[in-house]
Amino acid sequence: MISLTHYLVLAAVLFSIGLFGVITKRNAIAILMGIELMLNAVNINLVAFSRFIEPSDVVGQVFAVFIIVVAAAEVAVGLAIIIALARARQTIDAEELHLLKW
Amino acid sequence: MEIVFWITAFVVIASAVGVVTMTNLIHSALLLALTMFGVAVLFVILAADFLAAVQVLVYVGAVMALVVFGVMILQRGPMNLSNMPSKHVLGGLFAAIATMGFLFWGLGSTEWPVSEAAPAATTVEPIAELLFTKYVVAFEVAGVLLTVAAIGAIILAKEVRAGD
Amino acid sequence: MIEYAWLIPLLPLVSFALIVFVTGRNRLLSAGISIAAIAASFVIAAGVGLEFLHNPETVEYGLPWVDVLGLRVEMGVLLDGISVLMLLIVTFIATLIQIYSLGYMHEDPGFSRYYSYMSLFAFSMLGLVVATNFLQLYIFFELVGLASYLLIGFWYEKHSAAEAAKKAFVTTRAGDFGLLLGILILFSLFGTFDFTELADRIAGFDNIPLLTLLTVLIFLGPVGKSAQVPLHVWLPDAMEGPTPVSALIHAATMVAAGVYLVARTYFLFANAPVALTVVAWVGGITALFAATIATAQDDIKRVLAYSTISQLGYMMLALGVGGFTASMFHLTTHAFFKALLFLGAGSVIIGLHHKQNIWEMGGLYKKMPITTVTFLVGSLALAGLFPFAGFWSKDSIFAVALEHGQVALYWLAVAAAFLTAFYTFRLFFVAFMGRPRSDHHAVESPPSMTGVLVILALFAIGVGFIGSPFIKEGFGHFIYFGKPHVEHLHMNIALTSTAVTLAGITLAWLVYSVRVTSFETLSVALKPAYLLLKNKYYIDEIYRWVGERVVEGFGFVLQWFDRTIIDGVVNGTGTLTEAIGRRLRVVHTGDLQTYALVILSGVALLFAILALVDPVKVLKLGGIL
Repeated sequence: MISLTHYLVLAAVLFSIGLFGVITKRNAIAILMGIELMLNAVNINLVAFSRFIEPSDVVGQVFAVFIIVVAAAEVAVGLAIIIALARARQTIDAEELHLLKW
Repeated sequence: MEIVFWITAFVVIASAVGVVTMTNLIHSALLLALTMFGVAVLFVILAADFLAAVQVLVYVGAVMALVVFGVMILQRGPMNLSNMPSKHVLGGLFAAIATMGFLFWGLGSTEWPVSEAAPAATTVEPIAELLFTKYVVAFEVAGVLLTVAAIGAIILAKEVRAGD
Repeated sequence: MIEYAWLIPLLPLVSFALIVFVTGRNRLLSAGISIAAIAASFVIAAGVGLEFLHNPETVEYGLPWVDVLGLRVEMGVLLDGISVLMLLIVTFIATLIQIYSLGYMHEDPGFSRYYSYMSLFAFSMLGLVVATNFLQLYIFFELVGLASYLLIGFWYEKHSAAEAAKKAFVTTRAGDFGLLLGILILFSLFGTFDFTELADRIAGFDNIPLLTLLTVLIFLGPVGKSAQVPLHVWLPDAMEGPTPVSALIHAATMVAAGVYLVARTYFLFANAPVALTVVAWVGGITALFAATIATAQDDIKRVLAYSTISQLGYMMLALGVGGFTASMFHLTTHAFFKALLFLGAGSVIIGLHHKQNIWEMGGLYKKMPITTVTFLVGSLALAGLFPFAGFWSKDSIFAVALEHGQVALYWLAVAAAFLTAFYTFRLFFVAFMGRPRSDHHAVESPPSMTGVLVILALFAIGVGFIGSPFIKEGFGHFIYFGKPHVEHLHMNIALTSTAVTLAGITLAWLVYSVRVTSFETLSVALKPAYLLLKNKYYIDEIYRWVGERVVEGFGFVLQWFDRTIIDGVVNGTGTLTEAIGRRLRVVHTGDLQTYALVILSGVALLFAILALVDPVKVLKLGGIL
């Protein structure tokens, strides 16, 4: 029987993978992808809680809907920023975008 | 049912690992789509059929399309070197494992008040009801957020002309 | 009129504000406002004086100014004998001098500024006179000092004037410091600044040494303001100011503020006999000391300045030996004849186009008859010859000194009286009589000036009679401490003083007019003494030496301390911070992923700590929960 813990562990692993991607990727779009992975991990958690703790209620799913909405907005704005960045700096390599220092 | 979960879980993890390790950005993007599709399957297993549909439509459809367009617009140089790791691989590995560690510790040391009740037969109607009654304010705010994000994205991505 | 007495100080303040903010550009209007204000003050003061003559009672009223926990200070009006007297003298002489200044300052570009300062001075001086408590008194004491500073340095473009103003301000500040200290101790002991309340509470106070100490501290203020030894050095230099200012402030009124302060706080001194002795001796020494210096000065205003110091010494001496009435009486007569002398000197200075050296004058009696006659009247009053004003007041001081058995002080005063007569007539014979000693074209001054001289001369003759033994219920009936003072005629004292005065005049006449022996031979024969007096006992030089060696040496040490230790610590803090910043800024790589990594590592670390220790227990251990 697949329990709640299975899903939570899966989500935790997925979240950590996304985190790894955010930190280790040079390409700004790839960093965005890492963030999407992390958001999906959260969604899995929410839906799993909804299913196993309050099965008759769908509040967890409603929150997942909101997260999807926010994620979509984030991707749109994030990509727009990256495009603007590419136009200004001719690169989207996170390692070369380090003007913000001493 | 169990076997479906295990296969899906494997696919999700493996493709997610692929997303963060591939050196070709297009491969990463496609594997990301696969991961999200896997998550949609998990939603179906969790009796959240409406959410699964939304997941497929929004993520696998819209978001991925956006990402792929972004890649196509922005990517210069050889595609097979488009997604190289940065100098933080070891640090990232440490951070990821540490995060996983405390997440495991957190969920292992918590008593979950699991309920054995049957899941709701349909999800679309209850979700709609909640969205338009209890969470109507949040719903409206989300709508505003989307509008703002859409306008903001257009303004940000727009070509800057001389004189603007 | 008594209920309107608060207007007396306030009118000049209004005039000051008007001149400064409104009419500054219009010279004559400014002068008119100022004179009108002070004249109106005089009229009110005269009304108050008349009422006081009918009904000599102390009146006090005021508005609460500061009223906080444990501290209640009023700004008010205290009208008793001495304050009414001072109100009259100050407003009357100030009115005359402001009229006189119309002629004297006529061509000065700072005409309006001059009148605004004069109004400010009148406001401060009158506020000081009517003060009901120590705090009000102190404030106006300082304001008077400020006005004096402004007026001494009136011609601030002249280096010596600017220097003199600074000197006056700094020197009097030294005395005021003692005054402030005394006032604060007094307040901490009795919890009030109010004179009337203090007088009640002092009576039962039995810690005489402490009372003596604070009384002497308070006396330091008058020492500075009334130019007593050793803080007298500023007054001769104050003659850098316009001559009417010298007459008003540095001869007739402000310098008397010190004497007035002692009189006003006489209830303190009366309870501290040692302090009173200090007052008497400081006064006596000052009287003689300044008189000796005056015999060797060449500048007409400096001679008068030293004579002022000497006369102020008399007033202090009188207060010190218990002659409250005699002191106030001398203050009154002195105000008139010294104002007269200074204004006469001013008339001479104007007539000679700003020559002040008496050896360049001579023969002025032909060219400036009114000035000469009035100056002679002033000189006789200063020398104290019967029946001029100075005779009565000086004799009453002598009498008081003898009555209280202060024989040493009495002879000190008599010696000073001899010198006074001598230097006064030295000045008169050299400057006014004989033939012109230089090629000067003296002309008599305009009527606005000579008129004032004549009025003052009449007072210099007549004002002495109010305190003479011939008048029942005269001066001493209204101005006294304890019980009313009745003047008696002391034939032996009167004869002694007259003899001494005549001797002084005769000596001056022999040396400087008929030249039995020439001044030059005398100065050579008595060279060391002459040089000592000419250089004012080298006191300025001593102060300068102290200032340069001791104070500057100390300052050098402090500067070193400031530069190396204080600045070292301050700059060291800055350098250290900068050095740390220089090292730490490397952390800011600008690389987003490094930041993310650090943040996540920090979160992981926090979770690790939370996993290992229970935060609630830690807080309980630390006593926070």
